[in-house]
Amino acid sequence: MKSRDEKPSSFLLDEKQSKTSRAKVQIRDLAMTFRSDSSSVEVLRNINLEVFPGEFVCILGPSGCGKSTLLNLVGGFIQPTGGEITIDGERVTGPDRRRIFVFQERGVFPWLTVEGNIAFGLFNLSSREKETTIRRYVQLVGLSGFEKAYPQELSGGMKQRLEVARALAVNPDVLYLDEPFGALDSITRLLMRSELLRIWEAEKKTILFVTHDIEESVQLADRVVVMTARPAQIRRIVEIDIPHPRDLSSPRYIELRDSIFEEIGLAHKV
Amino acid sequence: MAITAFSGTLVPSPLQVLSGIGELLRKGLLFRYLVASLFRVTWGYLLGVGLAIPLGVGLGLWRRGELALNPLIQILRPISPLAWIPIAILWFGVGDVSGIFLIFLASFLPMLVTSMTAVHNVEAIYFNAGRNFGLNRWQLLRGIILPAMMPELIVGLRITLGIAWLVVVAAEMIAVSSGLGFLIVESRNAGNRYDLVVAGMALIGVTGLALDWTMRRLEKLRAVRWGYVSS
Repeated sequence: MKSRDEKPSSFLLDEKQSKTSRAKVQIRDLAMTFRSDSSSVEVLRNINLEVFPGEFVCILGPSGCGKSTLLNLVGGFIQPTGGEITIDGERVTGPDRRRIFVFQERGVFPWLTVEGNIAFGLFNLSSREKETTIRRYVQLVGLSGFEKAYPQELSGGMKQRLEVARALAVNPDVLYLDEPFGALDSITRLLMRSELLRIWEAEKKTILFVTHDIEESVQLADRVVVMTARPAQIRRIVEIDIPHPRDLSSPRYIELRDSIFEEIGLAHKV
Repeated sequence: MAITAFSGTLVPSPLQVLSGIGELLRKGLLFRYLVASLFRVTWGYLLGVGLAIPLGVGLGLWRRGELALNPLIQILRPISPLAWIPIAILWFGVGDVSGIFLIFLASFLPMLVTSMTAVHNVEAIYFNAGRNFGLNRWQLLRGIILPAMMPELIVGLRITLGIAWLVVVAAEMIAVSSGLGFLIVESRNAGNRYDLVVAGMALIGVTGLALDWTMRRLEKLRAVRWGYVSS
């Protein structure tokens, strides 16, 4: 399969590949160049990647490398200039409610309450079903007691959880998260990561998570897709073969983390 | 010397103005005129914003339409509603309709521009989130675009109401026989009653303040308050 990197490495396992399960998301020869009248910027080049059902994949790269563009392409918000993306064998032509994009907390609707936000995508349900769903997801993300609050009355972490709840409420198969915890303080960020893992394990979603935070990617992902600087290509895919909950001081964790640091060309001594 | 000699006629004293207002009250003119002015402003304003908002939202969303009409809008915008008085009389004759037309004009253009800008200022992130949940065009308009532009729209409505009220005097200069603008013009023409002129001005000022205060309360609604606080 094409998604593997060219440079084999001792810690890269090929189990996922030999799996007969069909890929959920398949990205083939994807390219993206933004053109304006006077200039053109090549953002993505030759991206090949497969994401399997229920997998948690982090896309890791330096700021401005084009990883958000990649996620927006997979989300169907923009169209690629080359290659194609298929999900469940179906070509992506636009956004779809089976796959919800979670922006940084800025994506919650400030004119709706917590309840209103969660109910936003539920317009096809009866009001009874709506209520049950709202209650369930308010509880899941720990916002009980805040049902009637407006986003401006919530903290950054609460808004982020609200957006995740809104996404989960429509029961999507895939979640796209674009640096969702980037705007949070470091303590809240750590809490949110374990929350997300808990939700992921409970709800069995496929997750594509964009981040520039190496530690974050190693803590969360089944596989980390390391990108190069622009035009972004896949530099390497690292399998994180540590079961959850992960011990952040275990030798394996440190080994994997350091190998990515090295890969990106950073000595992580401060 | 000259100033003391004429002070009584140049600017009426507050007391004279108050007694002027008292006189208007006694004659039952105060409420009649106030209601007459509010009636014209209400109609002109509601027609103006009622047409401007849908058109502005439509043009804000339909780029080609905006490109086509924007030059015309920008040319019409700097023309004072007062300049329209002759045309208004030509089209609608002297009377209420002409006055309402002037107030309509004064409300329509600012609200049109505000609505267009407010649509442009809706964050793409909200729009994309709406699309992601599978909303159709109509649902996007109702569920995302309108609520997202509401804070800016309310500010526009408030400022536009101020402008509409500002034009009431001019609108009532066109041969109508009631209203606060009429009161001012008539008090001067029929006997230089400057106490009543200033009384009319004071009433316009106070009413304008009351209108603005009412509109400001809309900004306190919980569903729009987010638009006025920087986070």
